[in-house]
Amino acid sequence: MTETAPVISVSNLIKQFGRFAALRGVTADFSGGRLYAILGDNGAGKTTLLRTLAGLNHPTRGEFTVLGQKKFQDICHQVGYMAHPSLLYDEMSGLENLTYFARLYGISDDSRCADVIRSVGLDPELVRPVGQYSQGMRQRMSLARALLHDPKILLLDEPFSNVDIHSATEMVRLLARTRDQGKTIFVVTHQPSLLEGAADEFVWMQSGQIIGRTRELKPPEGAH
Amino acid sequence: MPAPTGITRATLLKDLRLEWRSKDAINSMLFFSLLVVVVFSFSFDPNAEESRHIAGGLIWVAFLFAAVVALNQTWAREIRNQVLDAYRVSPAPANSLFVAKALGNFIFVTVLEALMTPLFIAFYQLRALGPAWQLLVVALLGTWALVVNGTFFAAMSLRTRSREIMLPLLLFPISIPAILAMVQATTSILNGEGARFWIVLLVTYDLVFTTVCLLLFETVLNAE
Repeated sequence: MTETAPVISVSNLIKQFGRFAALRGVTADFSGGRLYAILGDNGAGKTTLLRTLAGLNHPTRGEFTVLGQKKFQDICHQVGYMAHPSLLYDEMSGLENLTYFARLYGISDDSRCADVIRSVGLDPELVRPVGQYSQGMRQRMSLARALLHDPKILLLDEPFSNVDIHSATEMVRLLARTRDQGKTIFVVTHQPSLLEGAADEFVWMQSGQIIGRTRELKPPEGAH
Repeated sequence: MPAPTGITRATLLKDLRLEWRSKDAINSMLFFSLLVVVVFSFSFDPNAEESRHIAGGLIWVAFLFAAVVALNQTWAREIRNQVLDAYRVSPAPANSLFVAKALGNFIFVTVLEALMTPLFIAFYQLRALGPAWQLLVVALLGTWALVVNGTFFAAMSLRTRSREIMLPLLLFPISIPAILAMVQATTSILNGEGARFWIVLLVTYDLVFTTVCLLLFETVLNAE
């Protein structure tokens, strides 16, 4: 797959929870090797879109392909997902958590876990359980978990929430470096200014639809 | 693709480690069973002959209720911080998780039984007139019957609002044949009668329900 070919293609994606439609016909192509910031108010459908792409929500209608595959199981080892909650066991240390998740991806080299923890600016020797981490440390460890298996696509939901500005800036630098290595990154965020200069495109969502895509951090016409 | 047995092993070790640190399940189970032993002992005050007739029912009802505590705990850990989503987005097979959880619960309940059985013997002045080694077979088969269905139904009730009530409501009716076999086999052995039929029934029950649970678990895990 070339760098500019769409790595994710979404066609008329609809997701309903009972009578509430969280996604109302999302259609878009996303090229590889780019950093996308997905923006919108609460309830715009950003998280639902990300969870659907991560195979956690089943679309009610419509379809999507990731790396040319329709079945998420076929490409799950190529996708890294970071949710708003940490997806980590509070009672275990960061290294213990990552060692366990590494096994799920068939990674038996424990030095990989230590390396990825270092790459997010944390100390792999830290024996404290994750439950005693600050929110910022937890977010970074959660990012490390998503990066663990060196995925081609990263789906990150609110990675900067409750993270101090210094750590958030460090995380943005890391994401930009990861993008420069040819990875495709989707970041759902309510702090778009952090990604100004780093994101290749801002994707604006409103009421379950993509209402515009801009190169600059400037809402498209019609957005409120 | 990671090896299923390796993932089962890693998940089982992780669960044992978490339980060793928190002791959530084992403490609750122990206190509950202890209460049952003491309360029933004082309520009935049976002699040795009467004990042989009622002990089978008492023991298994105590273990059944205590097991529910462990079964509820086993998945509670996975929905805290939505860690289960990290498993779902990984290439790890669903059944590896199920087998690890069932084995973990089997170990917890077996430890409980090993600790509580001497107390039962002491409080109820129990002495088997039949082959005592068969009690061990009944205990292992009966425990597996409880935990395999319990693990499955606990996963099924995971996303329901009142899951702690849902589990016994789902588990107890379907466990009736197994409980009947466990109680009858235990009573028969204590009274010096043969328990072959009940042991065969337990083996059949275990085989059928283990197979059904393995076939259906992936659907349960990925349900929204």
